[in-house]
Amino acid sequence: MRILRWLGLTALALAVGGTAQAASVKVGVVLPFSGANADLGHQIDKAFDLYVKLHAKDIAPNKVEIIKRDEGPPTGAVAKRVTTELITNDKVQLVTGFVFSPSAIALAPVITQAKVPMVIANAGTAWITNLSPYIVRLSFSMWDPAYPMGGYAYNKIGCKTAAVAYTDFPPGKDSIEAFETGYKKAGGKVTLTIPMGSPVQVPDFTPFLQRVKDAHPDCLYAFVPSGAHATGIMKAYGELGLRKAGIKLIGPMDLIPDNKLQDMGDAAIGTIVMGHYAVDLDSPANKKFKEEWHKAYGADSYPDFMSAAGWDTMHAIFDTINKLHGNLSDGMKVVDAMKGWSAVGPRGPVKIDPATRDIVQNEHVMEVYRKPDGKLGERILDTVKDVKDECKVLKIGRCGK
Amino acid sequence: MPQYANIAVSILFDGLAYAMFLFITSVGLSVTMGLMNFVNLAHGAFAMIGGYVVVSLTRSYGVGFVPSLIIAAVLVALISVRFERRLYRRFYRATDLEQVLLTIGLAFMAIATFTYFYGPIPKSVPLPDWLQGSVNLGFRSFPAYRVFMIAVGAALIAVLWYGFERTNVGAMVRAAVDNRRMAESIGINVDRLFTLTFALGSGLAALGGGLAIQLLGLNPNFALLYLVLFLIVVAVGGLGSLKGTLLAALVLGIIDTGGKYLLADAGGFFIYAVTVIVLLLKPAGFYGRE
Amino acid sequence: MAASEKSRELAATGARERAAGYLVGRHRFRPAEALPWLLAIAAFFLFPDRMTFGNQALIMVMFALSLDLILGYAGIVSLGHAAFFGVGAYTVGLLIARLDWSEPLSSLLAAAMLSGLIGFVTGWFILRYRGLTVIMLTLATAIMLQEAGNLRSDISGGYDGLPGLVISPLFGIFDYDLYGHVNYLYVLGVLAVIFYMVRRIVYSPFGQALTGIRENVRRMHAIGSPVHRRLVTVYTISAAIAGVAGALFTQTNAYVTLTVFDFDNSAKVMVMLILGGTGRLYGAFIGAVVYMMLEDHLSKLSPTFWQFGIGLLLILAVLFAPRGLLGLVEEISRKSWRRGRAGAARRLIWKGEHWTVLAGSAVDGAAIGFIVGFAANFGQAHLLSEYIASLPGRALAFTCFGALVATAINAIYLAFTSRAAAEDRGS
Repeated sequence: MRILRWLGLTALALAVGGTAQAASVKVGVVLPFSGANADLGHQIDKAFDLYVKLHAKDIAPNKVEIIKRDEGPPTGAVAKRVTTELITNDKVQLVTGFVFSPSAIALAPVITQAKVPMVIANAGTAWITNLSPYIVRLSFSMWDPAYPMGGYAYNKIGCKTAAVAYTDFPPGKDSIEAFETGYKKAGGKVTLTIPMGSPVQVPDFTPFLQRVKDAHPDCLYAFVPSGAHATGIMKAYGELGLRKAGIKLIGPMDLIPDNKLQDMGDAAIGTIVMGHYAVDLDSPANKKFKEEWHKAYGADSYPDFMSAAGWDTMHAIFDTINKLHGNLSDGMKVVDAMKGWSAVGPRGPVKIDPATRDIVQNEHVMEVYRKPDGKLGERILDTVKDVKDECKVLKIGRCGK
Repeated sequence: MPQYANIAVSILFDGLAYAMFLFITSVGLSVTMGLMNFVNLAHGAFAMIGGYVVVSLTRSYGVGFVPSLIIAAVLVALISVRFERRLYRRFYRATDLEQVLLTIGLAFMAIATFTYFYGPIPKSVPLPDWLQGSVNLGFRSFPAYRVFMIAVGAALIAVLWYGFERTNVGAMVRAAVDNRRMAESIGINVDRLFTLTFALGSGLAALGGGLAIQLLGLNPNFALLYLVLFLIVVAVGGLGSLKGTLLAALVLGIIDTGGKYLLADAGGFFIYAVTVIVLLLKPAGFYGRE
Repeated sequence: MAASEKSRELAATGARERAAGYLVGRHRFRPAEALPWLLAIAAFFLFPDRMTFGNQALIMVMFALSLDLILGYAGIVSLGHAAFFGVGAYTVGLLIARLDWSEPLSSLLAAAMLSGLIGFVTGWFILRYRGLTVIMLTLATAIMLQEAGNLRSDISGGYDGLPGLVISPLFGIFDYDLYGHVNYLYVLGVLAVIFYMVRRIVYSPFGQALTGIRENVRRMHAIGSPVHRRLVTVYTISAAIAGVAGALFTQTNAYVTLTVFDFDNSAKVMVMLILGGTGRLYGAFIGAVVYMMLEDHLSKLSPTFWQFGIGLLLILAVLFAPRGLLGLVEEISRKSWRRGRAGAARRLIWKGEHWTVLAGSAVDGAAIGFIVGFAANFGQAHLLSEYIASLPGRALAFTCFGALVATAINAIYLAFTSRAAAEDRGS
């Protein structure tokens, strides 16, 4: 058995050495392309493709070879299978993508054993980066928007009492834990906590929100996955007239994904979210990003915070390829090269914290309003600079390990 | 109004609207299974197609919401007739398992096809103004859309009840559900009757799919996502029974809503607990034949 | 008179002997049965890099085998078999995460016992009923277990699952590797043991009684067979095997989440089994492996669109191999297919009654082609009128293609069925 393993590893080493000489870097992309959450995968995939298309010349004479695989449902099993095979069979030198936290969690032991770096472009459960020294995260931790939102909600929006509602799965729990930590620290009081069903099926949100309406807090902090759930909760919020009843809707930016905002209608106007990206973010880098996006995918297609993170992810990978002159055979060196990486992307200035291998970025407070051209937009009310994952700073739960 | 009465009204009202969706989408499945013993797991796909027809009509062609619903129902009913004639008909005598495989296969293909053309991003429909606000019923105001859903549901129930209980065709359907061979031997053309009810059921599913966009959102996976729910309604109500399906939809809709409202932690639990209890006590459902 | 009676008696004795001989000979090991096992071992040497896939395929084979025991042999249709898979998976997960019990074989045993126990309790209630009632009750069992798990996510880890489960080395010697080689042999070994047990059960008098229940439950009642007890027994055994499959799933993945209880999981294993062929022991092998290989291959080919291919496969399977792929293989190997079907195919085209069917399907196919073409053109032609104006370009091409495909499929189907229909009429 050991002989076989030894043979396999030799083969891997040979293959990796071989490709490094050819200066073609194999990158495995694992995203959900089918199933109920396929649109999330497509948002990131489009950003990947766009970056590769526009910047392929930057890494010349080196090349990237992208191999795409379906991440499957949020079970971890399919992601684990396809990623393991990307490593063992296709001999990729780096894997990226990963929308669902369970995929990243399931894979942590695999990449540690294989010594292949995993660059996360979405999965946001805070403690994931602690699971393996080979994990680098370019997207966000659930805590990034939620924790500062707690303080801001109490001090600036005027939420003396708040209800929190969340889709009952780990990112949801993470998000409300972070919000409550920040909110209670500022002096706020959470009067009602409502889990709202599984992420698999979009529930009828009305009964949950009716309960919020009857409890009558100042604000409702809601976390839902940024797919059909977001549209659903916004509709229920509008239908029940919660805003008229004086209950403000606040949350992380998942609540108003840019590519669905136009469908949400009047109900969304006045919603205040904390997030690191919005289409309307006014910066030269974002303007360029949007232009290229519309040129490639049409005027009706919008990038969102996932696409922005996808863009930065590919950017970091390309910079690393240049830094290492196309030789990515040593996983640890790749991770080391990424530590401290910084750039100005669509989200603004971003950098990777060398200590935690997690992203440091600006968080913006944004309000939904109707733009003069009749479309919905987001305006920046305030900006919190250089936000780190507070969960790891405060060492809460698994984040402390 | 006192707090608990307010809560009770909320639960009843929301539950009623939800029940109407369940009833409209499931009644066709119940009749198909009752009449021909045909397990049609592609039923949800017809609802999904109906939803997309509504989306296309309202968004690309500027047709109003209510006319779109009607067109979607008619269109899907017509499409389903072709499917029934060409494909389903061959499998009436086949085993349940073959029917499961065939219809699951159809649902998969429908999902992939609609993902290809419409993309996986959830769609929504523009609603007319009169469906957006809320309606004041004197003691309390309710969301207009839900009032509309309940009204549509009530009207459909009246029409279906009349059609089933008071017309010749309805009597034939009931006869065929009760005893197919006997019905055939007295000269009822069960095949044609079935085509008719199948088309009606699929059309209603499409209507339900169109109505549900506002409630649950619409993406191609709709075809399988809510199938379990429809099956539960059918089983609890009893195969082929209009009355049973209605009662099951009401009980499950209201209990599900109430459970989510009062005990959100165990929200998903109730609907299944009720299913188990009902089926253990009445294995053939409320109005099924033992 | 006497002569004919005597010959009848002789014939009857002959038939009895033949029947007895058949029943005795049936459970003898046939050389062909070695084939799947040899293939599984060959795969180990031929595709050393694909063992993660191999593992998951073998686990699904075991899961499908457990379902075959109740579905194929006892006729119990369950859409909630993932309940037991999940209980097994969580038994192992919780043993490691909460009790630090990571020895693989003993935790397999624990998983089998616990899922068997739950199978016994639920089966005792559920198996008094038949048909849709059983389907819904099994389905509800699985989902209620999932909901219960989510309710106590402090124990189960919820949808985030139990991460980083480290399994002790097998027999204290063999450690697990990235390539999954040890895992593969481990799973294959367990599968072989389980398969031997299932085979013994199926060919035992108990197994015969189950088949009797499947075929005619009233007659079994009438001859005094303890139907309920037998059904509960086989359900318990099947649950225990599903639990072992789930346990192996956790062990080889080192991770488990609540999604193991998903309806998808129950539905998928059933589809695999029907695809392979029920009541045939090796149907589980063929179905699970073919389905997973196709899924794997198609999702690499087109990560977005692969479900279409799976759907098409299922429909074609029902049309052309109604008793599963293994049933088709048996039919072909009996040679009746070549004589019957091919001859029918030749004669078919000249049969008047089929023309209407073929013409009808051509019209339908044309309509589908037209609509698909319209949808595909959506970027260029937003209105139907614009699309029609593009005739005879793409619109015509799509329409003709649709008509052709539909006619071809129907022609082949008729060729397949007309001979069978003639046989029915003849006998």
